[in-house]
Amino acid sequence: MDPRLNIIDKRFENVKRIIAVSGGKGGIGKSLTASALALLLTKQGFRTGLLDLDFCGPSDHVILGIEGVFPEEDKGIIPPEVLGIRFMSITYFAGYNPVPLRGSEVSNAIIELLAITRWNELDFLIIDMPPGTGDPALDIIRLIKRVEFLIVTTQSRVALAVAKKELQVLKELGIPVAGVLENMRLKEQSAVKEELSCFEVPFLGSILFDYSLEDALGDPLKLLKTDFAVELEKIVKALC
Amino acid sequence: MHEWALAESIVFTVNEEAVKEKLKDITMVKVKVGELQQIELDIFKFALENVLPLSSIPLNMARIDIEIDESTLKCNVCRNEWNFRDAAGKLPEEESEAIHFIPEVAHIYMRCPRCGSPDFEIAKGRGVWIDYIEGER
Ligand SMILES: Nc1ncnc2c1ncn2[C@@H]1O[C@H](COP(=O)(O)OP(=O)(O)O)[C@@H](O)[C@H]1O
Ligand SMILES: [Mg+2]
Ligand SMILES: [Zn+2]
Repeated sequence: MDPRLNIIDKRFENVKRIIAVSGGKGGIGKSLTASALALLLTKQGFRTGLLDLDFCGPSDHVILGIEGVFPEEDKGIIPPEVLGIRFMSITYFAGYNPVPLRGSEVSNAIIELLAITRWNELDFLIIDMPPGTGDPALDIIRLIKRVEFLIVTTQSRVALAVAKKELQVLKELGIPVAGVLENMRLKEQSAVKEELSCFEVPFLGSILFDYSLEDALGDPLKLLKTDFAVELEKIVKALC
Repeated sequence: MHEWALAESIVFTVNEEAVKEKLKDITMVKVKVGELQQIELDIFKFALENVLPLSSIPLNMARIDIEIDESTLKCNVCRNEWNFRDAAGKLPEEESEAIHFIPEVAHIYMRCPRCGSPDFEIAKGRGVWIDYIEGER
């Protein structure tokens, strides 16, 4: 018996909503969406946590410019509050080093992290997922009973094909989908909404490709002023 | 693993099993903890003392036995085997503490002593598990 599994549910007892930001492909804006979402929810007065579960490519600390903080130890570990967000990431333990882990080890590390982290009272916990429906996605679904998914895609055929696969898996497993977000839109027309209509999940909206974004990374105030964040803010209101 | 989280998770698990198996009295709980977890027994016992009152079934400290499972690390590249204990002494405190919290980060801070690869398997001595729970109905 793995006793860790019995404590994980209790760790989320006081968290009202848990949203995993996911999407089949890498580089489509999951981390940016998760980070900006956490910022925007905090700005609206919600108590918000952000958990970066992309062990091989953690990015949220880079996007939000978080440095020099570390969890406090108190009957477990308590994520530090940065920018008003309770922030947890493998980077506290891995530093700037690459994390060469095999699938089963990623699972084990996720279980361990979920078992030792004390979130306390939160309105929202945003989870930044690694790409795909591999071990981490299945683990989150297995271990966090109340999780909802927010699926990010682009209009590219390549991203859309994978998003459909993920939606299919979630549907089969009966996992709620808070909505689908189209990111990095380049063209006037987009078929994303239509293409995904058969899944009967809320289409949250489209965000254009934003050329000013790169310069705003690492600077939360600047980030909040980008077109990306302004658009996402409208979408967040639909989500709450 | 954090000692406090370990203590809590053991108590919750024993409680759940007691309900499942309709146990009224717990006579023995055997816990095995991998060496990589670097559990400090004093801290663990202190945590357990504090967590025991949360238990829905009476649990006695003396009936919880914890055994440290020695480690075997196996290199996936050259098949060399070694253990955490021998290598751990050379790790800076911060790195060894990171491994205590998330044992998998051993792959970041340790290398196969023979070929230098980070691609090794923690064949033994990683996990935390309850070996058995004994009780009376
Ligand atoms: N709407 C957008 N416009 C321009 N660049 C974007 C947009 N969304 C994301 N990006 C950029 O794309 C890159 C990948 O985003 P990221 O959030 O890391 O993707 P993922 O987490 O899905 O791999 C980042 O450099 C990010 O700043
Ligand atoms: Mg990412
Ligand atoms: Zn080797």
